Amino acid sequence: MADPMRVRAAENGGTVDVKILMKHDMESGQRKDAAGKTIPAWFISTINVKANGKDVFNGQFGPAVSKDPFLNFKYKGAKGDKIVVTWNDSKGDKRTDEATAS
Amino acid sequence: MNQQRRSVLKYSAVFGLMASAGLISIAQAQEWNKAAFEGKGIDDVFKIMGASSPEKSSAVTLNAPDIAENGAVVPVGIITSLKAEQMAILVEKNPSALAAQFFIPAGTDAFVTTRIKMGQTSNVYGLVKADGKWLMTVKEVKVTLGGCGG
Amino acid sequence: MQRKLTLGLATGLVAALLTMTSSVSAQKSATDDIAKYREMIADGNPSELYEAAGEELWKKPAGPKNATLEQCNLGLGPGVVKGAAAQLPRYFKDTNKVQDLESRLMTCMQVLQGRDPQEMIDAPFQKGPKKDMEAIVAYVVTLSKGDKIKVSTAHPKEKEMYDLGKRAFFFQGGPMDFSCASCHAENGKRIRLQDLPNITEQKGAALGWGYWPAYRVSSGQFWTMQQRLNDCFRQQRFPFPIYSSDVTIALSMYMAKTANGGTVETPGLKR
Repeated sequence: MADPMRVRAAENGGTVDVKILMKHDMESGQRKDAAGKTIPAWFISTINVKANGKDVFNGQFGPAVSKDPFLNFKYKGAKGDKIVVTWNDSKGDKRTDEATAS
Repeated sequence: MNQQRRSVLKYSAVFGLMASAGLISIAQAQEWNKAAFEGKGIDDVFKIMGASSPEKSSAVTLNAPDIAENGAVVPVGIITSLKAEQMAILVEKNPSALAAQFFIPAGTDAFVTTRIKMGQTSNVYGLVKADGKWLMTVKEVKVTLGGCGG
Repeated sequence: MQRKLTLGLATGLVAALLTMTSSVSAQKSATDDIAKYREMIADGNPSELYEAAGEELWKKPAGPKNATLEQCNLGLGPGVVKGAAAQLPRYFKDTNKVQDLESRLMTCMQVLQGRDPQEMIDAPFQKGPKKDMEAIVAYVVTLSKGDKIKVSTAHPKEKEMYDLGKRAFFFQGGPMDFSCASCHAENGKRIRLQDLPNITEQKGAALGWGYWPAYRVSSGQFWTMQQRLNDCFRQQRFPFPIYSSDVTIALSMYMAKTANGGTVETPGLKR
């Protein structure tokens, strides 16, 4: 499995603020290596976030999202919510990490 | 025609129908929209997403800096008071205009922030789909050092 | 004829003044905009990913001795990581040397884990054992974030390093006849859109020393202070310094001492 993400979820007044940092090269497919060959695109393509088993966010990235992607969104939730983040990338690799809303 | 293309075409047909019906299923949200991400210009991508000529709306705000020190990391956020089901970030002058799109289920705020690569100074579009209608806002972000070429 | 000339001159002067003022305010607002940009990306620093990996490596048995780094003494006692980076470089009795964070970590890796420091020295940045080092550095410096920079030159070897560092800072060499001072010894200097801190003064030194190591957005990499110094040498067209050599520790000592009292803001986030 790929490198771990950093997931932070802070609840305030009934809204959980979720901040995610993913470790991924997000190769744009625009760069060339030293020999002049194009480095193929390789990037996180889908992100799914569930809170207590229910979808609270779905994202789709293209190669234009920055390296080591950052994502921030908010949903109506409570302290103690079990948050599960999964991403899939264009090579078929995936990663799942969890956090608890505090 | 290989299996992958078949399933992409199948899904595109289904989504096309659903898009016109104004419905977004979990499947659509989770299946990477290859056609949209491979679209080149802004108008191509608008069309593929079913958002041809989205209306400018003051209810959609794009949070982005006026100038980015490095085009490799440009913070962009969309926030709207509308009940958004779907949001997207497009960069006019990037090799492929669609940078990212997001699906907002009920109970989630119409708010997202991420960071994108910009090849050069360009207009950045924040698109929002609410009540089956596409709306947008646009802002020019200046880039001092292009972020695509390493 | 006389009147026309004067009018022409006056208009020319006003036009020139207007252009000057607008370019000055354009410059000022560019600096403000850059500040806004930096603020916007400050939350969610990818250094955190390195820090998480580093914490794991600190606690993971490694090397021929199959031991963790949990007994490593960074100056505040074995295993004390909190606040240690803010007080480095410093003199260590067991090695009888002044050491910066990275050379001290190499000592711990050698003594506790049996790892060969030469492998670390020879590895290119961002590769092999240096990848481990970068992650561990990110972890250690995060635990000094917010502390005051506090290095001492009380020990004669510390004073010696400081003096050597000061000399090295002003030493001109290489094909461009540059020194660190060429860019970093005056207020108000800038390269394109980067403001260059004046490292000979406390405020400027703290801006430099307090913000590196950092995640460098332009390369998508976490750079330790040794890598940052290495790149400074490259920018001056000097030969590359040997990793953790005396001159790099001396320069670190000079910068840290000059920055004393400033706040540790590492891990930083740089363009």
